[in-house]
Amino acid sequence: MLTEKFVEIKNISMNYHTLDGETEALDHLSFDVNKGEIMAIVGPSGCGKSTILSIISGLLKPTSGEVLIHRKVVEGTNKSVGYMFQSDHLFRWRSILENVLIGLEIQKKLNEENIHRVHKLLDTYGLKEFKNHYPNQLSGGMRQRVALIRTLAIEPELLLLDEPFSALDYQSRLAVSDDIAEIIRKEKKTAIMVTHDIAEAISMSNRVIVLSNRPATIKNIHDIQLTCEGEANPIKCREAPEFRHYFNRIWKELDVYVQ
Amino acid sequence: MFNKKTTATVDYSKGHVAYLKAVKKHKLMVKLCQVGFLILFILLWEIAATNKWIDAFFTSKPSSIVRLIVNLSRDGSIFKHTAISVFEALMGFAIGTVLGTFLAILLWWSDFFAKVFDPYLVVLNALPKIALGPIIIIWAGAGMSGIIVTALTISLVVTILSTYSGFKEVDEEKIKMLKTFGASKLQILQKVIFPASIPTMINTMKINIGMTWVGVIVGEFLVSKAGLGYLIVYGGQVFRLDIVMAGVIILAIATALMYQLIVFLENRFLKWRQ
Ligand SMILES: Nc1ncnc2c1ncn2[C@@H]1O[C@H](COP(=O)(O)OP(=O)(O)O)[C@@H](O)[C@H]1O
Ligand SMILES: [Mg+2]
Repeated sequence: MLTEKFVEIKNISMNYHTLDGETEALDHLSFDVNKGEIMAIVGPSGCGKSTILSIISGLLKPTSGEVLIHRKVVEGTNKSVGYMFQSDHLFRWRSILENVLIGLEIQKKLNEENIHRVHKLLDTYGLKEFKNHYPNQLSGGMRQRVALIRTLAIEPELLLLDEPFSALDYQSRLAVSDDIAEIIRKEKKTAIMVTHDIAEAISMSNRVIVLSNRPATIKNIHDIQLTCEGEANPIKCREAPEFRHYFNRIWKELDVYVQ
Repeated sequence: MFNKKTTATVDYSKGHVAYLKAVKKHKLMVKLCQVGFLILFILLWEIAATNKWIDAFFTSKPSSIVRLIVNLSRDGSIFKHTAISVFEALMGFAIGTVLGTFLAILLWWSDFFAKVFDPYLVVLNALPKIALGPIIIIWAGAGMSGIIVTALTISLVVTILSTYSGFKEVDEEKIKMLKTFGASKLQILQKVIFPASIPTMINTMKINIGMTWVGVIVGEFLVSKAGLGYLIVYGGQVFRLDIVMAGVIILAIATALMYQLIVFLENRFLKWRQ
């Protein structure tokens, strides 16, 4: 794999100001994400994980430091970044197809070519028969897949996923995380995924960043090398011999900070 | 829709068919009793008034009300009064809804604006708007325009407040989701705030129909030239209870029809609510 730096996070800090006081969320964080890799971020809840994604997406301006995507400083939201949330946020008054097209609609790129591409995405990822259904007719796992396709429709180069499976039950969670990792790899996207599930982080990503308690600092970055034969899908990768080893190390790093 | 009916008779079990039948029968009983109650009430009223158990001078009676309505429709005056009131109500309702929604959008657009006007809206909301009737009639003219303005004033503040609070209830994360696509404020309004608030707006409209009619009737009481409110006040002044009752009955029918219109629109356009 080419190790071209795609996202550079340079020394970012973030302080929130409210009438109750000041919250230090991030403390001088720096890391890079290479093109084509899936980077997972794990950390105790409330440590500032979502804040990192908001800053990378340009929704939030860091108190200090900067983020570069393709060597360009992020200022405001960026059309090459797609954001996926914990909840699918599908609009119940729009059909699945209309939901998926909303990004293109907002960016005024609803042309025949793009619509055709979105149709193909829906066909490829098992939603062919559901295009004209409404969100309440779909299962949680399917809805999450629709949400991913909605994000992919605008052809982002970087995907930000904020605990994208935590609203699902365990079984759909395994299946959907498998699907989504496959979709991200197939569409050759770079992704940064926040999760609190260590197993999910190890099985889906190339690297895992472990964060400390708030204010978040980087505790460790793990290069994940799993020997999973044949199809390297996340569920199979959980059976790799190294899996347990990574799991224990990350778990310990998180645990130390819980005390 | 289509499928439901055919499968209902085709492959449901005996127990389920019996259940469906029982539900249907229950519904029919409710309908029958509703109609039966009305008929019984009218009959009792008629008999009581004819046999002088009650004084028909104060209560009138169904047959004379019907006779009056027939007479008034022969010379067309009942249609004139009804049409005038319905027109005023529709205008008051439409202007109140559009203006109220527009002002709610302004409040949503600027948080500063919303905070500045909040206490004024609260006071105006608590004030019985009917008290403003005489002022409005003087300012907007003692005619149809004065009545329409009275009607819309009564519903306006409620429309603004409930529509605005509906706008504020929309999930912040949904807005954030649109922002990640680079949505402008206008697009956020158009794509999520407005469609998500349609159920709230329809509920507000249902409440406002009643309010608008209060405004129309009060306006007509004050202006006293034409309309159902005028008919009712006139009937009261000359002690013709049949005129008062006829006015009230037609009013009830008109408001019920307007309410049904909203329900129809709701069913028509909110199919995703299932
Ligand atoms: N808009 C905000 N205003 C004030 N404080 C905030 C805001 N957003 C988040 N925080 C605080 O910043 C910290 C980190 O939040 P977040 O990034 O959402 O954590 P995580 O996603 O890791 O659970 C939390 O303590 C939270 O209370
Ligand atoms: Mg979070």
